[in-house]
Order: sequence, then C-alpha cells, then structure tokens
Amino acid sequence: MVQRVKDWLQSFLFLELFEGMFTTGRYFITPKFTIQFPEEHTPKSPRYRGLHALRRYANGEERCIACKLCEAVCPALAITIDSERRPEDGSRRTTRYDIDLFKCIYCGFCEEACPVDSIVETGITDFHFEERGQQIMSKDKLLAVGDRFEKEIAVARAADSRYR
Amino acid sequence: MNEFTQFVVGVWLQVPGWAQYLLIIVGEILAIVIPVILVVAYMTYFERKVIGYMQSRIGPNRVGIRGLLQPFADVIKLVMKEVVLPRNANRFLYFLAPVLAILPAIGAWVVIPFYPGVVVADVDAGLLVLLAVSSIGVYGIILAGWASNSKYAFLGAMRSAAQMVSYEIAMGFAIVGVLMASQTLNLTEIVQLQAGGIWHWYFIPLLPLLAVYFISGVAETNRLPFDMAEGESELVAGFHVEYSGTAFAVFFLAEYTNMVLISAVASILFLGGWLSPFEGLSWIGQPSTFWLLLKMAFFLFLFLWFRATFPRYRYDQIMRLGWKVFIPVTLVWIFVEGAMIIGNVHPWFA
Repeated sequence: MVQRVKDWLQSFLFLELFEGMFTTGRYFITPKFTIQFPEEHTPKSPRYRGLHALRRYANGEERCIACKLCEAVCPALAITIDSERRPEDGSRRTTRYDIDLFKCIYCGFCEEACPVDSIVETGITDFHFEERGQQIMSKDKLLAVGDRFEKEIAVARAADSRYR
Repeated sequence: MNEFTQFVVGVWLQVPGWAQYLLIIVGEILAIVIPVILVVAYMTYFERKVIGYMQSRIGPNRVGIRGLLQPFADVIKLVMKEVVLPRNANRFLYFLAPVLAILPAIGAWVVIPFYPGVVVADVDAGLLVLLAVSSIGVYGIILAGWASNSKYAFLGAMRSAAQMVSYEIAMGFAIVGVLMASQTLNLTEIVQLQAGGIWHWYFIPLLPLLAVYFISGVAETNRLPFDMAEGESELVAGFHVEYSGTAFAVFFLAEYTNMVLISAVASILFLGGWLSPFEGLSWIGQPSTFWLLLKMAFFLFLFLWFRATFPRYRYDQIMRLGWKVFIPVTLVWIFVEGAMIIGNVHPWFA
C-alpha cells in the first residue's frame, strides 16, 4: 500500500522527469570537446598510415631503386612498377610507379619492405578524388607529395626510428 | 533638427485622416510582427545550440560569428525552394491552411502588454480574446492535414486536433484560477495586481496551475514530448509532410510564434510580467519590459530543455495525462483557491 502511494506520487509529481532534466542540464554546462576539423586535427601517431609518398635524398636524387620488393609484398596487388636503366648513368630506376588507392588497404607493408625508405605512408588523411583515374597515384604525384611533406615525413620517421 | 521635426509634423498633418489611421495600424502591425519574427528566427538558432550543448555538441557555428547568421541562411534556403502541390490536393485549402495557422499565432499578440500602456489593444476581456484567437490555430492544422491528400498528414492532423482540444480545457481551467485571484480579464491589470515583490506573484498560490498551464502550452504547440502531430518516427512529419518551401516555413513560424506567445502569457499571468523580482530595491527593483523578456526567455528555455530531455509520450498516455490528471488537478486547485479567497490569505487574496 505504502509502495503504491509512493509510486503514484513519483509519477504524479514527475520526479523522474526532473531527474532527466537534471542530467541534461548538467551536460548543458559541461565543457565541449568538439574538434573543429578543417582547422583542428586529432593527434596522430608518427606510425599513422595515410596517403603514400616517394621520398628523395637531400641532394634531390630519388631514393627508389626499382627493387620491386614493395610490389612483391603488396597483399592487395595495388602497386605496379616498370623499370629501365637510366640513360645518363646507367643506374636502375623506375619508369612507372603506380599505386591504385582503391585497391590499397593501407597495411604499410610496402613501407616496411623498402630497403631505402623510399615509399612511405604519410599522416595525410583528408584527400579525395573528383574523377575516374585520379585514384591512380603515379610516380610524379607520389614524388610531389614527398617533396611537399618531406619535413613532416622526416620528423615522423625520426620519432619512430628506435622501434624499427 | 527642430526644423526637421516641424517638417515631419507638417507632412503628417497633410495626410488625410483615413490614411493616418491606416498608417498607424500598419505601424502597429509591423511593431509586433517584426520583433516576433526576429525572436522566432533566433529561437531556432538557440534551439539548435541548446540541444547541441545538452548532447555534448556545439551546434551551428559556421555561418557568421559562432553561427549567428544561421537563421538567415535557413530562411533563404526555405524561400528559394519550390512549393510543391500534391496531386489531387485541394488547392485553395492547401494554401489557406498555413495562413490560418499563422494568423491566430500573430493575431493574439495584440492583447499582450509589454508595459503599462504599451499594448496594441488594451481590451478589458484581453484574456478571453487570447483564448478565442489562439484556439483558431487548430483549424490550420486540420485543414493542412486534410487538404494535403496524404494519409500521414491526415493522421497527424487528427492526432493534433484531438490533443489540442483536450489540452485547451485544462489550460482554460488553469486560467480560471488566475481570474479568480485577479477578478479581472484585463492583462495589464492582472500584472499590476501582482505588484509588491516576488511573493505577491500568483505563481506561489497557483503553482499547480502554472505547471498545468505550461505543460498544456507545450502540448498545445505540439512541442516535444507531446509532438504526436509530427511524430517523425511514425508519421514522417505529421500534418505538414507535403508542405515545402515558404508554405512549410509559415507553419514553422506559427509553431514558434505560439511558443513565444505561451511563454509571454505564462510570464504575465503567473510571474508578474514586467514587474521586477527585486521590487523595493532602488534601480534594480524598477518595473521594466526587460523583466518580461527575461521571464519569457526562461520559459522558452524550458521548451528547449524539455525537447532535449524527454522521449515522445505514447498517444493514450497523452490523453490520460490531459483528461485524467490535469483536469482533476485544476478542478481541485480551483476549490483550494476558493477556500484561500474566503480565508483572505495574504498577500494574494486581500
């Protein structure tokens, strides 16, 4: 009987509704933790595996020696390499280095297989394609990414080097 | 400057009498409609902000500084959209419905006093005008639901009509309580009778009636948790599913105008309108329109708080609450109030 009166009072006086309003009221004044995306980014590990890049040595020579280890290790068969002797000095260089980003699963094996630290995955996450065919990262595009973000790439490699 | 004033007065006297009359009326209409529309515009902004904050988000913040221009972006979007007329819809009623919805929502503002004398029509039966005009709003919703030739719209309109009719009774009884206390229907006098400090306001002896009035007001405007008329999960958008563009914007405007109206009436009837809560203290105790706006803002915030907190009522529960809880509560409290009046309980029933 007492319990029934209690239950009736609880629903009649909207006690539970006030409890709910108390909860939402508390959240109303708690600080917000939204990250304003284009201006702010969430912190990223130096090991982050995003968009690919081909690096160069400090003297401007491209690192890639067309060993094709990355092509061999790639589980998604996303990498295609053609190579030839370079006419000027006879060194082994790629004439074609394509990564199909639709096939790529961003596993990072190419990066690990590379003996000269040429192919790397950068921390770039916000990239997009507007037309068919743009998902193929050709050698020129990869080198351009590498040139543009060399500083960040070098910092990330240095931070991670003692665990490799 | 003096010459300019003389010039303006001269031009005014040249205007024929009937035109003066018309111009004054147009001026009064604009003085009500423009602030109300601005308040509604920023109400939508604060609604998104407040609900966002209660859900650990920050709400719109891209258009203008902190998103302050968002309402204008929304209005421009709505106005540029096409108004679609559904097949086999009744063209005349379809376009009459939004007009019938907005008309009473804005029309009821004529009797709302913002300060002694600052009122478009100082009617002696102001409260009756308010009740009569605001109950026309349900026709807009019924017509919208019927004229759309859509089952969802029709179901939404039926629900909304039943709900508005039942809650109007409880609302009317809550207002009867105020009438018994004030012995007048004039809204300005009702506020002035509450003068003398916060403990003279009617919300203390009439607290249950304030609760019933405000909750019925939430139901009356079809706001959450009583938004059975919209019920997005089962009826898509209820009575205004088929409306788009400007016609939809008008329904939206009517709903929000009604919210502001309910808040204004609740502040005037129960919280002493423009009277200061610190009456007796020097400058802060002066009556001012600012206090009325502050009280309205409090009630409007409650609307948003409810929306952010509660899930929708089940339909039979809404009806149970209206008929079996609110109406008995108001009736009982009217008798309690009668006893207080006979007992001359100070300071409200002197």
